[in-house]
Amino acid sequence: MIEEGLREAGLDDIVVLIERRGLVARIAALAPDVVLLNLENPGRDVLEESFALSRALARPIAMFVDQSDEESIAAAVEAGISAYVVDGLRKERIKPVLELAVRRFSAFARLQAELAEARTALADHKTIDRAKALLMKRRGIDEPAAYALLRRQAMDSGRRIADVADALVTAADLLGGDL
Amino acid sequence: MFRIGFLPLVDAVLPIVAHEYGLARAEGIELALVRDPSWATVRDRLIYGQTDAAHLLAPLAIATALGLDRPAVPLAAPFMLGLNGNAITVSPAVAAAIGDATDDAAAIGRSFAGVAQQARDAGKRLRLAVVHRYSSHNYMLRYWLAASGCDPDRDVEIVVVPPPFVAEALQSGEIDGSCVGEPWNSVAVARGAGVIITATTQIWRRGVEKVLAMRTATLGERADDVAALLRALHAAGKLVIDPTRRGEIAALLARPEYLDQPAELIGRALGNRLVLAQGGAARDLDDFLVLHREAANFPWRSQAMWLYTQMVRWGHAGADLRDLARAASVFRPDVYRAALGQTDAVIPSASAKVEGAIGAPLGAGSVSGRLILGSDRFFDGQRFDPDDVEAYLSAVTRGR
Repeated sequence: MIEEGLREAGLDDIVVLIERRGLVARIAALAPDVVLLNLENPGRDVLEESFALSRALARPIAMFVDQSDEESIAAAVEAGISAYVVDGLRKERIKPVLELAVRRFSAFARLQAELAEARTALADHKTIDRAKALLMKRRGIDEPAAYALLRRQAMDSGRRIADVADALVTAADLLGGDL
Repeated sequence: MFRIGFLPLVDAVLPIVAHEYGLARAEGIELALVRDPSWATVRDRLIYGQTDAAHLLAPLAIATALGLDRPAVPLAAPFMLGLNGNAITVSPAVAAAIGDATDDAAAIGRSFAGVAQQARDAGKRLRLAVVHRYSSHNYMLRYWLAASGCDPDRDVEIVVVPPPFVAEALQSGEIDGSCVGEPWNSVAVARGAGVIITATTQIWRRGVEKVLAMRTATLGERADDVAALLRALHAAGKLVIDPTRRGEIAALLARPEYLDQPAELIGRALGNRLVLAQGGAARDLDDFLVLHREAANFPWRSQAMWLYTQMVRWGHAGADLRDLARAASVFRPDVYRAALGQTDAVIPSASAKVEGAIGAPLGAGSVSGRLILGSDRFFDGQRFDPDDVEAYLSAVTRGR
C-alpha cells in the first residue's frame, strides 16, 4: 500500500526488502536516497550501527532528524514508521515522500483495525444469537425478552452483552448444551 | 498514566512487577507497558512522546543526551533497573577450542584471545554480536577483550544482532559469539547453538546496565508521578528478590505480552543460576543479576562517567570535559533521594564512588539505612576514579 502510494506520486525507483539477513548489505548495494522502515522491525539497531559506521564514507546515510522536522518525525513515529535519508539530500524533496508514507501507513493501520473490529462484531453477533436461542428455549420467552435479559445482566455486571452471552454459551457447552 | 517502553528481557522485571502486582496503583499511578523489538524504537517512542519512560541501555541514554549520531535530547536516569545480567555465549566450536571453562574471566579471556588470533591468522576473524552500538554489552565485551590481549576492532569483528535472533545467528554460523542479556543466552544453550563461557558480572562485578530513562522535562512536569513510580519500582525490587515468589514472577514474565519465553529459563536467571552448556546442570553464578540489594538501583554518577570513558576509548565520542559532565548529569541521584527519602530504601550519601575499589563487602556512608557494598572489582584489577578521569582516559586510549 505504501509502495503503491509512492509509485502513484511518481517515485518509481522503489525496492522492498523483506529478509532480515543481509539487509545492511542490500541497502549498501542499492545506495538508496531514503530508507523507510516499520518501527516494529527488529533490524533497526543493526541498521543504525551500519549508518553510524558509514559516516566516514563518501555517501553517508544519516537519520532523518533535522531538528526543524521534529514535527514530521513525531508524526512518522506516531504512524509506526522510521525514516532514514541520505545526508545532504534536499529537504523539500524528502518531506513530501515521508508525509505520503505516513498517510499511507496510517490508512493501512486503520484499515487493519477496522477489519479486526468487523471480525469481532461478526463473532459477537453469532454468540449473542446462540445465547438468545438458549434463553428462549430454557425460559420459554420470545427473542426481544431474551435480548432484554442479556442486556440487563450486562448492565448490572458492567460487562459487554457479547461477554455475558459468551459466558452463557460456554456454560451451556460445559453442561451439555441443555441449560 | 505512565507509559513505559521495554524490550523483552529479564531485567525488565521491575516495571512489569510494579504494574502487575498493583504496586504502582498503590502509589497512585497507572502504568501501561509498551513492548518493542529494538532499542532504536524504544528510544524513539520515548523522545517523541509516545512513552513517558523507558527500560533503556544506560549507554544509549547517555548517547541520546549527548547527541551522538542525532540531535541531542536531554534524558534523565533517576533509577537503575539492574546491574549486569548479561553473559558471553560462543558457538560450540569456539567453546571447544577454548577448552575447559573456569570462573576466571582472565583465564578464559586469554584462551579466547588465542582462539581469535588463530582465526584471524587463518583469514577469518571471529564475529561477535552485541545488542546495540551504545550498550553495556559492547563496552563490557570490548573491555574484557582488550584486557585479555585481543583488539576488539582488529582481531575480531563486532556486529549488532537483536537479542531474539542471537540463537539463530549462532546456529547458522552468522556469528561466532555474542554478549546478550537473559533469557537469550539460555535460549541458545537450550537449542545447543551456544555455550556460555562467562558472564559480565565476572568482568565487572557491579556493571552498570539498564536504567529507567525519561525526558528531563518529565522530571519537572510530573515530579509527583516520577517519585511515585520510583517508590513502586523500589517496592517491586523487594518482591523480586524474595525466593518464594520467584516461580510466580518467572511465570508472569514468561507471558506472551512480556518475554514470551520459557518460565524455567527466566526463573533461573532471576535466581542467579545458569546452565552453561546443553545438557549440563544448572549452577550458581553469584551476583549474576543484581536487582535490588546494596542500593543497586542508585544512579551512581561515577558509573555514567565510566561509560563515557568507554565511548571515548572506542571512538564513539570525542574526549570533551563538558560532555563528561553532561554524561554524568544524565544519572540523577538527587531525584532518587527525593523520591525514596521517606521509605526504607538505603540511600548513599555520596553520588559518585571509585569504581572497582571494593574487594570484600564494605560499609559505606548513607543518609538512611545501612549501606553495605559488595565487591565491585573489574576482573583486571583496574580502578576508575571519577576525580581523575583524565588519567584513566589517557591510560585506556594510549596506543590507539
